[in-house]
Amino acid sequence: MEFSELIRTSRAQAELLRGPEMPPLRGTLYVTGHHLLLSPAPQTTTDLWLLLLRSVDSIEKRVAGDSGTITLRCKDLRVLQLDIEGVEATLDIARSIEALSSLESVITSFPFFYRPKGLRLGDAWHFHPPESYYKRIARETNAWRLSEANEDFSLCPSYPRAVIVPRAVDDQTLARSARFRQGGRCPVLSYYYAPSGTVLLRSSQPLTGPQKRRCREDELLLRAVLAGARPEARGFILDTRSAQEAKQARITGGGTEAKAAYPGWKRLHRPLERGRPLQESFVCLVEACGDPEQSMDHWLSRLEGCCWLAHVKEVLSTACLAAQGMEREGACILVHGAEGTDSTLLVTSLTQLILDPMTRTMAGFQELVEREWIQAGHPFQLRCAHSAFSHAHPKHEAPTFLLFLDCVWQLSRQFPLSLEFGEGLLLVLFEHAYASPFGTFLCNSEKERCLCEVRTRTHSLWSGLNQPKEQRKLRNPLYVPNPLAIWPSVEPQSLRLWQGLFLRWTHPPEPSEVAGGKVWQIVTEREKTGDSQPTASTSEPQP
Amino acid sequence: MEHIRTTKVEQVKLLDRFSTSNKSLTGTLYLTATHLLFIDAHQKETWILHHHIASVEKLALTTSGCPLVIQCKNFRIVHFIVPRERDCHDIYNSLLQLSKQAKYEDLYAFSYNPKQNDSERRQGWKLIDLAEEYKRMGLPNSNWQLSDANREYKVCETYPRELYVPRIASKPIIVGSSKFRSKGRFPVLSYYHQEKEAAICRCSQPLSGFSARCLEDEHLLQAISKANPVNHYMYVMDTRPKLNAMANRAAGKGYENEDNYSNIRFQFVGIENIHVMRSSLQKLLEVSGARGLSVNDFYSGLESSGWLRHIKAVMDAAIFLAKAIMVESASVLVHCSDGWDRTSQVCSLGSLLLDSYYRTIKGFMVLIEKDWISFGHKFSERCGHLDGDPKEVSPVFTQFLECVWHLTEQFPQDFEFNEAFLLQIHEHIHSCQFGNFLGNYQKEREELKLEEKTYSLWPFLFDDQKKYLNPFYSSRSQRFAVLEPNTVSFNFKFWRTMYHQFDRTLHPRQSVFNLIMNMSEQNKQLEEDIKDLESKIKQRKNKQTDGILTKELLHSVHPESPPLKTSLCFKEQSLLPVNDALRTIEGSNTADNRYSEYADEFSKPEPAVVSLEYGVARMTC
Repeated sequence: MEFSELIRTSRAQAELLRGPEMPPLRGTLYVTGHHLLLSPAPQTTTDLWLLLLRSVDSIEKRVAGDSGTITLRCKDLRVLQLDIEGVEATLDIARSIEALSSLESVITSFPFFYRPKGLRLGDAWHFHPPESYYKRIARETNAWRLSEANEDFSLCPSYPRAVIVPRAVDDQTLARSARFRQGGRCPVLSYYYAPSGTVLLRSSQPLTGPQKRRCREDELLLRAVLAGARPEARGFILDTRSAQEAKQARITGGGTEAKAAYPGWKRLHRPLERGRPLQESFVCLVEACGDPEQSMDHWLSRLEGCCWLAHVKEVLSTACLAAQGMEREGACILVHGAEGTDSTLLVTSLTQLILDPMTRTMAGFQELVEREWIQAGHPFQLRCAHSAFSHAHPKHEAPTFLLFLDCVWQLSRQFPLSLEFGEGLLLVLFEHAYASPFGTFLCNSEKERCLCEVRTRTHSLWSGLNQPKEQRKLRNPLYVPNPLAIWPSVEPQSLRLWQGLFLRWTHPPEPSEVAGGKVWQIVTEREKTGDSQPTASTSEPQP
Repeated sequence: MEHIRTTKVEQVKLLDRFSTSNKSLTGTLYLTATHLLFIDAHQKETWILHHHIASVEKLALTTSGCPLVIQCKNFRIVHFIVPRERDCHDIYNSLLQLSKQAKYEDLYAFSYNPKQNDSERRQGWKLIDLAEEYKRMGLPNSNWQLSDANREYKVCETYPRELYVPRIASKPIIVGSSKFRSKGRFPVLSYYHQEKEAAICRCSQPLSGFSARCLEDEHLLQAISKANPVNHYMYVMDTRPKLNAMANRAAGKGYENEDNYSNIRFQFVGIENIHVMRSSLQKLLEVSGARGLSVNDFYSGLESSGWLRHIKAVMDAAIFLAKAIMVESASVLVHCSDGWDRTSQVCSLGSLLLDSYYRTIKGFMVLIEKDWISFGHKFSERCGHLDGDPKEVSPVFTQFLECVWHLTEQFPQDFEFNEAFLLQIHEHIHSCQFGNFLGNYQKEREELKLEEKTYSLWPFLFDDQKKYLNPFYSSRSQRFAVLEPNTVSFNFKFWRTMYHQFDRTLHPRQSVFNLIMNMSEQNKQLEEDIKDLESKIKQRKNKQTDGILTKELLHSVHPESPPLKTSLCFKEQSLLPVNDALRTIEGSNTADNRYSEYADEFSKPEPAVVSLEYGVARMTC
């Protein structure tokens, strides 16, 4: 397909308004296959303005007289306004943006064309291979092994090639267990907590169905998990649905583990919101944040009504519960909901952040996102097809990953010195999950990424982020490694709206960010004075 | 002393209201003449000043003992379980007596002795000098002068002796006007803006009723607008809601009729009265103190309490005032009913926005001393220092502090002080430990001989100021750098550190402030070391050229350079005292938080409490 067919008018004179804080920009507007660019009039000194068309969430056009206005609402929650000369040009450009921003084909998307200077294709794709993490665990524990049963994605299409399973379980047992789990997502290791020798597992729901079917191999697998941990280890199954929902799932072939079938395992239900209601909550919140004129009462009641912070609280406290089980009780934890690709991942990834100091480093966090979200088969393409502004009826969209980032942000507020990365990294991940020139968040699973040859034909976000010039934006200047678990408070008084994200474009930055510059100054001053000291002493003339 | 029957009770349990239900500390409870003291098994002490106690409640007997719930004015809530009901009853009765004193002389300030001699104490009271402050504003000048009308408190009992009024306002005009104003509180100057030559003035409501007028009062207002050479009109801000002001007319009070006063622009700004504020705070505390509070209940409670709406109203009024002066160079007269609550809020906040001096530690003390203490904000009644009318109690000053906190949040680099400073002041308006906030107006304070019998708070805060410094502060050179806060609703947040100051588990477990303070301190130190070393090198080079090289010089250089590694690891944490008011704990343990009712599922006996201090110790090196 040729992009040129979709571009009705490729250029027009326009003025761009980017919110109250930024000056308007005048110049020539161009529509290309992947971008909208505005080349400022020659006398101005401002640089070229560029917008990835993929990041346009909704578009609204209005014409009056012989000019028109296009309002672009972006997936990163920015609202842009383009005043364009000429009615025809306005309509044509609007139609072109509409068509180009909603293209579904992956292999014609921009990451396949993006060739930034300084990066080589295929460079950092193996920057954080989950295999190396799994291999380390297999080596350390002796109770786990890396299985190649999913080498051709036949076991489970949404799992990566390498999965880590109990050593005592052979590939055949594994295959049978996979057949008993929705989408083939049999229980696999997500995290090994060395201090107590316990593990965190994730899977999808068992397909018990209305007849309450059982699967011997699945039971065997979970028994092997407990046996491998330590004698008389206990296990908890954290079902992220309510008991009622889990029961109802039987009608459609799903269900939950029967108590009698899994001795040593106890089931807990912690209902977490997912899917459509979560997306609606996101939309409501963004809507409320877009209205600076509202009264205090109205704002507070909308903040309450959207329930976003209630979801944050639920997710965080469920993760804390899982972490508590591992740390305090020495229990193994299996987390699943229905498909095991959304709320399950929220819980498993946050649990690790709470318990494991490594995941709070820059590299460790990237590894966590890669392993627990991208490789674990969170369907980014479906979930992040649209953000909060889209008028399209949501089908598969849900801000699960954003909810994860928000929870991480809450942790960073409560433990401001314990995370090596700052708010900047979380914002970048949010933006790139929804629209990115990099290939990292493309597709829904490793299988799809292999089919599209994402690894060889696009650049990895991680290599983009790990360039030295990006670091200052992403790092927490005050980071001090904290070897302890970080237990957040989940009381409503302790949770806050993430202004840096939800009010980023409509509202001056948070004080912490304003003061951020000062913090960097103090920290670098200190590095400077620290550095110059040895030089002062080495510059001593030798007698 | 006669109120204390039991001085010591053992095996008392202290419950933490935000922890898992079964977690408690056991210890001994002591009752002294001034404090209630709880010492737990880890020798940790919890001191509660009797004057801080707002209410004591004895709940129904349980199997483990008799619960005693104490709510404090600094928003601490403690929940004891006393094993024997009789002990509980004794303590309960004693506290009821001790927390409500009938006479000023029985308050703590009159017995508090911080080991200072008389001259130190007198020096302390002189730290904040309002005469000096008016001089700083540039007064007296050609338009404003010091009036001696109230020198003997004859015109207005609740005003200070020294008042600034327009030069052209004669004494008969002042006296005439005071008769037309509620409680005799005639218009006087509160702040003079030297650059704009405009003034903030304050007074109480006029006794206008439906039609009464007073020529002297009209003259006085005219004199105020004439004292402003730039702008001929002035604003009159009635800080009450219009409806309240109209209702007052029926009682022979009311507001200025624009037709009778030339060149005034009249404006209502709609801040609610002390009773509304009191019940609003009451609701807020009920919500935030609820057990097992959900996010939605919290926000709907926050909304229905109206607290943040009131805070915003006060802030908006102050902004209106600051704008009138900055943009229009117009003088502003502020009043409410009696002119000591809302008027104090708006005048002081307005001055804070206009003048950067009030954003320093010393300046903020001056501001409180001027607009609150000297102009007769009724601290003793509003804070309930004595056993008096509960309807007079209202968190007016707390609201002022909260507005200032919101400003510090929006302008993190513009305030010399930090949050702990505000909390400390709040602590002491209720503590009755110092003389500053006792009494309701200056005359009463003089009669109580506070300066002779008690100590002033300010020098103590001032000596301790290291604790209260804001590391991000960058003093702008301009004195009149005006703050223009944005009052969109998003900007108003629940002030957790105030209302949950003592619920340690709700706060961030690590303090950026302390770390940054230490860092800048060390930076300074290192820079000095560098200078020191450089000068030594220079010295040595000089000597070398002289051909002299001694061993002792080498020695003098080396021991001085501190090993870089240790300084990078924040070994010198002791540079700054960790702030008591904002205790920060790293790591923490799971039992501090209520993650879910399912936590009961993990039903093993609790291990001994993990030492949180241990976590800090590990972190600091």
